[in-house]
Amino acid sequence: MTSPVFDRVADIIAENSEVSRDAITADAHVINDLGIDSLDFLDIVFAIDKAFGIKVPVEAWTQDVNAGKAPAEQYFVMGNLAKRIEELVAAKGG
Amino acid sequence: MRLEYFQMVDRIVAIDAERIVVESRVPEASPVFEGHFPGHPIMPGVLLTETMAQSCGWLLLHLEGMRRMPFLSAVREAKFRGFVGPGALLTITATRTHDGSGYAVATARIDAAGKRVADAELTFRIMPFPAEDLRAAMEDTARRIGLPDWGQAAADVPA
Repeated sequence: MTSPVFDRVADIIAENSEVSRDAITADAHVINDLGIDSLDFLDIVFAIDKAFGIKVPVEAWTQDVNAGKAPAEQYFVMGNLAKRIEELVAAKGG
Repeated sequence: MRLEYFQMVDRIVAIDAERIVVESRVPEASPVFEGHFPGHPIMPGVLLTETMAQSCGWLLLHLEGMRRMPFLSAVREAKFRGFVGPGALLTITATRTHDGSGYAVATARIDAAGKRVADAELTFRIMPFPAEDLRAAMEDTARRIGLPDWGQAAADVPA
């Protein structure tokens, strides 16, 4: 079961990388499983920022992971990434 | 401009929250023109792109309070609309169009003699300075080209 946000993010990833849309499942890690390189990831974040009118806090997430405050899966596994984006969109609306 | 040293920005004419205007004079002579091209010297498109990138870079450095360094990571829609020869006075205008987390996107254009000669959209990854020598060199250049005191911009940027 996927959400509209998940589907939009998956479409963006497929459009901005060589990853097949079918390979983008809820449990796929965007770096480790999908093999997205850092430049493609930057393009993807830009497209997500524009599509949802948000600023995905990649730097803060990366700092959390590097500091051991959060597991990478919390942000970079597709299902969780979509949830984080839903939260950012909701926060913007509120 | 000193093409052989990749010094593409002569001076900053104006800068504000999202936009910078830069002036640069193409040198009358350079080894670059001996190869590009014999009998028809023109600025290579890659150097016009570099000129736009550096102009965007100074805007981003200013907005970052000189605390982090923008590195060019993508160039889109680069167009070279006219020849730029030795001695041309260039006006470069760059605007930040998106402020991302750890990256920024900007558009830039170059005008010469009142006509647009190049434009592009450029993306930058913004990172801590990887070397103190680089930071020092950028600060020296900032003074040379007239970047306004970065203390004020730094006050607006979280540490």
